[in-house]
Amino acid sequence: MRVREWSNRLSTAHSRASVKPVYRSESNGSEQRHETTAPGILKNEIAMEWINIIIQGVLIGGLYAMFAAGLALIFGVMRLVNIAHGDLIVLAAYIALMTSDTLGLNPLLAIIVVVPIMAAIGYGLQRALLNRTLGDDVLPPLLVTFGLSVIIQNALLEFFTADSRRLRAGAIEVASFPLMEGVWIGVLPLLQFVVAVVVIGALQVLFYRTAFGRAFRATSDDQSVAQLMGLDNRHVFALAMALSLAIVAVAGVFIAVRTNFDPAIGPARLIFGFEAVIIGGLGSMWGTLAGGIILGVSQAIGAQINPGWQLLAGHLAFLLVLALRPEGLFPKVKG
Amino acid sequence: MIASFKVEHASRSSRFGTAAFAAGFVLLAAAPVWGGRDDLRLLSEIYAYVALASLWNLLAGYAGLVSVGQQAYVGLGGYVLFASAILAGLHPLLAVPVAGAVAAVLALPIAGLMFRLRGHYFAIGTWVVAEVFRLIASQISALGGGSGVSLPAGIVTAMASSRQLREFLMYWVALALMIVVLAAIVLLLRSRYGLALTAIRDNELAARSNGVDVTRTKLVVYVLTALGTAMIGALIFLQKLRISPDTAFSVNDWTAFVIFMTVIGGIGRVEGPIIGTIVFFLLRRTLADLGSLYLLMLGAVAIAVMLLAPKGIWGFLAERFGWQLLPLERRLRFGADTRTT
Repeated sequence: MRVREWSNRLSTAHSRASVKPVYRSESNGSEQRHETTAPGILKNEIAMEWINIIIQGVLIGGLYAMFAAGLALIFGVMRLVNIAHGDLIVLAAYIALMTSDTLGLNPLLAIIVVVPIMAAIGYGLQRALLNRTLGDDVLPPLLVTFGLSVIIQNALLEFFTADSRRLRAGAIEVASFPLMEGVWIGVLPLLQFVVAVVVIGALQVLFYRTAFGRAFRATSDDQSVAQLMGLDNRHVFALAMALSLAIVAVAGVFIAVRTNFDPAIGPARLIFGFEAVIIGGLGSMWGTLAGGIILGVSQAIGAQINPGWQLLAGHLAFLLVLALRPEGLFPKVKG
Repeated sequence: MIASFKVEHASRSSRFGTAAFAAGFVLLAAAPVWGGRDDLRLLSEIYAYVALASLWNLLAGYAGLVSVGQQAYVGLGGYVLFASAILAGLHPLLAVPVAGAVAAVLALPIAGLMFRLRGHYFAIGTWVVAEVFRLIASQISALGGGSGVSLPAGIVTAMASSRQLREFLMYWVALALMIVVLAAIVLLLRSRYGLALTAIRDNELAARSNGVDVTRTKLVVYVLTALGTAMIGALIFLQKLRISPDTAFSVNDWTAFVIFMTVIGGIGRVEGPIIGTIVFFLLRRTLADLGSLYLLMLGAVAIAVMLLAPKGIWGFLAERFGWQLLPLERRLRFGADTRTT
């Protein structure tokens, strides 16, 4: 997490290497150097740099939106907040690493294996454990998923040690193309963003256009009436969790390819997803995408001002939304 | 005619329990006489955890505010102590209440924000607050930034005339703080806030419809818990003599352990966290060598308790045998004269 992820992202943004941070007060040297260049070029370089930053922020926002979509889905259907969500993302990243290592698969193709595995884990987890925690009391689901989070983290630590890992995807990792003069877009970040948009769009269609989604919405609106209409809530909840973890699997594979990861990075992923949900507004799938993008851009801007402020800027954006618009930016009233 | 009655808190087992607590405290206060340095250190750690777990229990078990971000206040307390001792030259022990006051003041606006999050999301919101605190602490270069800072030797030695005396002093302060926290919780629960809290614990909707101001009661508990947690945090890091953002705002040390203790011991009962902490330390003594496996097992045990015996060890015993170690019951006793009429 933290700076590492950011520096990974920087490596794909070629044009940035040449630009010195001119507005940092302590780096007098660079300011003097820039004084010799024409002011017009300097202004242009700064503009390019900020465009790059915003684009990187938007693209990473897609990943955050995927964290958020799985979280929002199960909260919408069964009012459960899964504290282990982030650790399950990391688990998916490790499963991707293992399948790619043992089967010699291209890491991005590992998605085909990781998604069904995670969905099966989700279904089993919900049937065996989480269904038993649901009820009026908020304590049991929170504490059980919190315990689950600690269990997954320490199990990963036991099996894979605390060493940081990375899944190598070959040439695509550094491939990029110019969008305009001085602005480059990495292929992998773009792919990740497109996948996020597709996932959220598919979720939206599934939720509002299919029988499957009708079951989710019915259970969300009124559990007992849904049951009277012949739905098996336990099965519906388990399907929702399976779907949530299928999205988690996609996000986990992208994390594995794009950044270094270790067993301890889960909670931060949970927090990013949660912040994206709240910024976007509860109960809206496209809102989570907007929330993810706002979070990503805030972090990118924060990191540009001071590397230590990357995460802080994201948290402050979240707190600001909470203070000014607690219902989120794009709320959707839902039962 | 209106019967004259009074509310009785004590029962036979609580009279025994209170006496046992009092005797225990006297014995523990004499620990510098019968124990070595390691015993004092271990006991101080246990006191800190009993107090932290009791406060978390008040927050989550009674007020229904399930926070996974109490490390925010532990770390804040520690940092306020180091800041006021190093930067303002305040005596470290005087800095302990200062830490509590700072936390209580900060807790008000934080509660204002966090209470906007619905039940489940409140938990993660508090975690964000703790992360914000950690990130800000690592930006304070006067306190060592991300790598942290040690308490200068001059400040440490000025606390008492000898090293032994200093250790005794810190031990007694830790014991006293735990007793104060426990006593404050018992008194709070016996007050009208306590009645409101117990009602909220049992059924929030019913409490609300009976005229309990739920939000206000929760706010009072949140602020008081922040105050106590920060004072304990200040003392913990005064004993460690060193602080860094990662140790101060550790979710494992100050929240995961605390939650496991409370759940295993019995959430929603004052005795629960005490029992849970003792069980936790006994387990740790035998299983600590297992490292991450130990935490894994603790998580599994906590889940099992939550699903199979949600009231924990003490809840099970209390229900089976009607035990109550502390005078917290409310029993109406009618006067003899009214009964005859």
